[in-house]
Amino acid sequence: MEQQIKRAWYALPSLLRFVLRRLAVGVLLCVGVTLISFTLTQVVPGDPVAASLGEHAAADPDTVAAFRQRFGLDKPLPEQYAIYLGNLLQGNLGESLQTRRPVADDLAKYMSATIELSIVAMTIAMLGGLALGIVAAVNRDRWPDQVIRVVSLAGVSVPTFWLSLVCLYVFFFQLGWSPGVGRLPPGVSSPVTITGLYTIDALLTGNWKLLWQALSHLALPAMVLAIYTIGAITRFTRAAMLDALQQDFVRSARAKGMPERTVVLRHVLRPALAAIITVSGMAFGRMLGGAVLVESVFSWPGLGEYAYRSALALDLRAIMGVSLVIAAIYILVNLVVDILYAVVDPRIRLS
Amino acid sequence: MTTSPIPIADIHRPSGKVRSAWLQPLGLIGAGMLLIIVVAAVLAPWLVPHDPNAQSFGRFLPPNAENWFGTDQLGRDIFSRVVHGARVSMPYALQLVVMAAVIGTIAGAIAGYFGGWVDSVIMRAADLVMSFPDIILAMAVVAALGPNLFNAVLAVVIVSWPIYARVVRSMILTLRDEPYVQSSRLLGASSGRTLWRDIRPNVAGPVAVLAALEYGHAVLILSGLSFLGLGAQPPTAEWGSMVSEGAKYFDKWWMSVFPGLAILVVVLAANFLGDTLRDAFDPKSAKAFR
Amino acid sequence: MTGAPLVSIENLTISLPARDGSRLFPVRDVSLSIAPGEILGLAGESGSGKTITALSLLGLLPPGGRMSGHIHFDGKDLLTLPPREISAIRGRDIAMVFQDPMTALHPMLSIEKQMTEHLRHHRGVDAAAARARAIELLDLVRIPNAAQALKRFPHQFSGGMRQRIAIAIALCCGPRLLIADEPTTALDVTVQAGILRLLQQLRSELGLSVLLITHDMGVMSALTDRVAVMYAGRVVEEGGRQAVLQTPRHPYTHGLLQALPHERGDDMLLTPLQGSPPAIGALPPGCPFNPRCAWAEGRCREAEPVLRAVEAQRSIACVVDPLVKVPA
Repeated sequence: MEQQIKRAWYALPSLLRFVLRRLAVGVLLCVGVTLISFTLTQVVPGDPVAASLGEHAAADPDTVAAFRQRFGLDKPLPEQYAIYLGNLLQGNLGESLQTRRPVADDLAKYMSATIELSIVAMTIAMLGGLALGIVAAVNRDRWPDQVIRVVSLAGVSVPTFWLSLVCLYVFFFQLGWSPGVGRLPPGVSSPVTITGLYTIDALLTGNWKLLWQALSHLALPAMVLAIYTIGAITRFTRAAMLDALQQDFVRSARAKGMPERTVVLRHVLRPALAAIITVSGMAFGRMLGGAVLVESVFSWPGLGEYAYRSALALDLRAIMGVSLVIAAIYILVNLVVDILYAVVDPRIRLS
Repeated sequence: MTTSPIPIADIHRPSGKVRSAWLQPLGLIGAGMLLIIVVAAVLAPWLVPHDPNAQSFGRFLPPNAENWFGTDQLGRDIFSRVVHGARVSMPYALQLVVMAAVIGTIAGAIAGYFGGWVDSVIMRAADLVMSFPDIILAMAVVAALGPNLFNAVLAVVIVSWPIYARVVRSMILTLRDEPYVQSSRLLGASSGRTLWRDIRPNVAGPVAVLAALEYGHAVLILSGLSFLGLGAQPPTAEWGSMVSEGAKYFDKWWMSVFPGLAILVVVLAANFLGDTLRDAFDPKSAKAFR
Repeated sequence: MTGAPLVSIENLTISLPARDGSRLFPVRDVSLSIAPGEILGLAGESGSGKTITALSLLGLLPPGGRMSGHIHFDGKDLLTLPPREISAIRGRDIAMVFQDPMTALHPMLSIEKQMTEHLRHHRGVDAAAARARAIELLDLVRIPNAAQALKRFPHQFSGGMRQRIAIAIALCCGPRLLIADEPTTALDVTVQAGILRLLQQLRSELGLSVLLITHDMGVMSALTDRVAVMYAGRVVEEGGRQAVLQTPRHPYTHGLLQALPHERGDDMLLTPLQGSPPAIGALPPGCPFNPRCAWAEGRCREAEPVLRAVEAQRSIACVVDPLVKVPA
């Protein structure tokens, strides 16, 4: 029996085996995350009950007891955790102490806003960062390199929250180029919810005006969010390309008479890309962190905002839900990164 | 190919080339800027024209001859507050980086040197911490412990130690098999002695460079937490919280711009310096340092 | 070997920029020629200028490098050609195999890709034809299961097979000159013989000329027709393999051969060459070898000796004649 399983396993293509292995690790990490967030919420010195009920109601022991019973706060800890995990698997993340709505619903709503913002910002950052990094590496120590290095260094040095305010002031307040905060102009209702991403939904329903409005509201926060990441990716791309340019196989490619552009884009970029992809996962993580700051300035109703408000209100279920979702996103992104790495570097998937 | 024998005295010596780093113009500029800022911060009480907490002027005055950076909603001189802000953000960020570096280095060294289940436990913990975006985990910790600057520092330390641990661990893994370490063990040195005498000099350099590079990030994340109200509390003149106060009075642009600019300058200078240090220490970088 | 040479290097001097702005001369006034179907061995220690001479044939100097002199190939002087024509020759008419196939081959591109990309670039061949040619060459260099091998990656092969693949890659476009820079140095001794045999075969089957660069005199004696020895950027001895290796007439060649473990009676002798080659920026006055030379005289410090013919097909750059004088 064990033999059969083994044989079936090795019969799968190597890439698939790789993906499955990483998926398993990812699931384990997620479980670990739930444990952490559960533990974190237990060490909170404040009493969530008091925070929710307010001082007056919290003084009455019966109200407190009823509240605790309603939210299962009176059961022993391991049991609470087990119940939580069980519910989790059914898609039930509990109820928010603040909004009294299912946490899962809240998360779904806020998550799509953050995802939309992050995807656009990450795309800008990757494309821009790669291009700038390649140009800098190929022109090493000449003026394009110097300029790009200083600019990318400035990019990673700017405080995101400050830049958001400055851009809002300049481009919205003074110049009127940007339409202002929020995902849509005030009074405009969101498109039919298919994916939750306003741009995609507008596109799918053929609502061009709405698409334009969503895009123009997305532009400024996405660019601000991308600045730091562009800087990081540019610097890393440059370093990885310079590393790869020194390798022997570059000399071999030139000795074969291959044109320099092919040498750079096919021979040099590929090993560099492997390293860059790895860094992109971490860069995305930092960007999600930056999203908290950008969302707060641009009134973008996303996970960052939700996390912030939940933290302040000690809304345990919400906090746990948000941690789980954010960590899951991050783990998923890293999984994608690992898979892309295996695609680019055949040595990894064959080992 | 002929090789010259390594004199015994040189075996432990790491290959740092610090001398030439200071010649790089960008590094010099960065170091210079930081020096000016640090001196200004230390001498602030005597340097600044006004008391940062004194509400002595008209409210919301734009920049003028008396108040170079204008005044805020309580009539306080912003320039004085910005200069005093350096006394808050910078030392706390330094403290943060040092703590994280020390904790991370020890953790990474133990993990790398002893291996086995100790290694697994430490590295799983590091992975777990790194599976959160840093600000968000820090936010959670601060919210749990209570919003003040000290807790913010603690939170960021918790979030940043894994970076050092990973770097140190991978260095230890390579160094552990180096001949001079092995010969030291064979001669009877204990683990602790080996770690301290043979391995530490080679690890110290890259860790210091990493810390320098992380300092800028520390300043950013601390001021970010303060911006969200989870760090320094009013009336402390901290740059991040000053920006957030200014955000409430959006058209009084000088309230947010100058503190943020201060953050930018400090982080930029730190990054210039950190970059140059890293280039100087990196044996692979084919710059004209050799 | 009669007839016009395939490649003729005349008075080649290469200069490189030094850190302090001055220029260094790793190759000084070198002249060599290779006839069609001939294997010329280029010997010397590290730093003698062998590799950079070879790279100059392909126009692959480090940034800031400059050349003077002539390199005649195929009726043209390579030093006067515009970059576009040089890169057309590279890989197509002159090809190179490097020392370490593990680093010289690209780790992330398939064998097929690495074999066909320059073929398709130089000769505009389509994918199917390129693939067929690749299989043909892999068979020629004795790689089993050529069709399967095409889909694999360099790390899946052994060292010897990787070098064979590298040779196959070099031969794809049908070059007339193959430069092999230390092709066996990174390989196990047992595998070396196979590579050398392969090179010999290629010479006889394809009429390929080979510039074989090596510091290993054993390899030199196994494979070459003629030998040139370089020291401090100059050719110091040149001639037929038999002649040079059995009766070296330059003190440096003599020293190189003596340094090979050899028997005298019942003993195995090891007599390494004393000292080390000079750095290219710090040459001693006169003959660069004189500090290490057992035959050195006063006049050796005065001027650098010029390469002069001492017999038919034999030249040395030495003012003292080791065949006549006994070492001090």
